[in-house]
Amino acid sequence: MANPLTSESEAFRFLLGALVYFGAIAIAGVINAWAGLVVFIALTVAVLWWWWRSRQPAPPRQATGIRGGPPGELRILVIANETVGGAPLLDKIKQLASSTDDTANVHVVSPALNSPLRHLASDEDPARAAAQERLERSLGKLEEEGIDASGEVGDGDPLQAIEDALRTFGADRLVISTHPEGRSNWLERGLVTQARERFAVPVDHIVVDLQAGD
Amino acid sequence: MAAVDHAAHPPVANQSSRVDARTLGMFLFIASEIMLFGSFFTIYFFVRVSAGTPWPTPPYELPVFVAGMNTIILVTSSFTMHWALQSIKRGNRSGLQAGLTLTFLLGLTFLLTQILEYSRIGFAPYTNAFGSVFFGLTGLHGAHVFVGLTLLAFATIRAFRGHYSEEEHHGVEIPGIYWHFVDVMWIVVYTTVYIL
Repeated sequence: MANPLTSESEAFRFLLGALVYFGAIAIAGVINAWAGLVVFIALTVAVLWWWWRSRQPAPPRQATGIRGGPPGELRILVIANETVGGAPLLDKIKQLASSTDDTANVHVVSPALNSPLRHLASDEDPARAAAQERLERSLGKLEEEGIDASGEVGDGDPLQAIEDALRTFGADRLVISTHPEGRSNWLERGLVTQARERFAVPVDHIVVDLQAGD
Repeated sequence: MAAVDHAAHPPVANQSSRVDARTLGMFLFIASEIMLFGSFFTIYFFVRVSAGTPWPTPPYELPVFVAGMNTIILVTSSFTMHWALQSIKRGNRSGLQAGLTLTFLLGLTFLLTQILEYSRIGFAPYTNAFGSVFFGLTGLHGAHVFVGLTLLAFATIRAFRGHYSEEEHHGVEIPGIYWHFVDVMWIVVYTTVYIL
C-alpha cells in the first residue's frame, strides 16, 4: 500500500476515506451496537479487498535503451560480487573476447551489497568500500590474465546496478556470475531470469563454486 | 585496470542506493506516532473492555454535541488547508493566504473550544481511570493540534511575506500533511471515545 502521507493531496484523500469509514461505523453504532459491528466488519473487509486488488504487479519494465559501442568493439558487461575472480568467469570472458575479431571492452560492476537495516538507514559507506576493494582485486586478476577491464561499484540491488551501468556502458553482452544454486541469494531472487526479461542484451550466466576451488 | 580510486573515501553512492530522506523521515514519523497513539488506545480499550469500566463512568457525561461541532470545525480546516495548497500550485497567492489563515483560525477555534470544555467537563485526570484515559487521549491529540498550529502560523506568516510559488511550496505541503494526519487522528479519537 502506498504511504498516504507522502503528499498533501494523498493525505487529504486519506482523510476523506477515514471520514467515510469512521462516519459510517459511528452512525451504525449509534443506531444499534450490532449494526455498528456489522458495518465495521463489512467496511474493513471492503478496505482490505480494495487494498489487495490495488496491489497490481508492477508493469513490466521496458528493456533499457542500449547505447552501442563503436564499430569493431565488443562490449562485455560483467556483474559479479564475490565470484568475480572465479576461473569459470575468467574463462567465459576470455572465450567471449576470443570469439570475435572485435576488440573486447570489459566493464565489471560490483554491487555494494548491504544489509536491509543499513540500506534503510542509508548507511552504505562500508558496503561500498568493501565492494570497491573486491572490484580492485578482481580487476587486478583480470589484468593478470591479460584482460584489460574497467570497473565500478554499483547499486546494492544487482538489477539496478546493471541498469545503471547499461546507461553509461552500452554493452553487447551481459555476463552474470553467481554462486551455485542453493548458495546464491541472487539466484533465489531470480536475478538472471529478471535480467533476461528486462534487458535487450544477450545474458550469459556463469556459476562459480568458490568452495570447490573455482 | 581502470577502477576509480577511492583511497580516502568510499565511492559516491548512486541515488538509487539511498532511501529518500523525506520518505524515511515520514515513515519514522508515522511509526513513532502509531506507537504513541497505539499505547494510549491500548490503555483506553483495556480500561473500557477488559476492566469493564462503564463509559463514561456515571455520573459523568461527555460533551458529544460540542465535540461533534469541534469535529466539523477541524474537518473543515482540512478542506481549507487543501484549498490553500491547491491555490499556490495554480499561482493564486490570495487563495493561499486566505486558506492558511482560515485553517489557522479554525484550528485555533478547535483548540480553544476543547480547553473550554475541559474546564466545564466536571471531572479531572485524577478522578478515576476513565478521566485519566479521556484527558490522556484528547490531551495528546490537543498537543498535536498545538504543534500543527505552530507550523501553520509559520506557513501563514511566510505566505503573507511573499514566500512560496507554484514551483516551491514545500513549506506548505509538509504542514498540510501533518494537519490532515492530526485530523484523521481526531476522527478516530472522536468516534471511539465520544460516539461508540
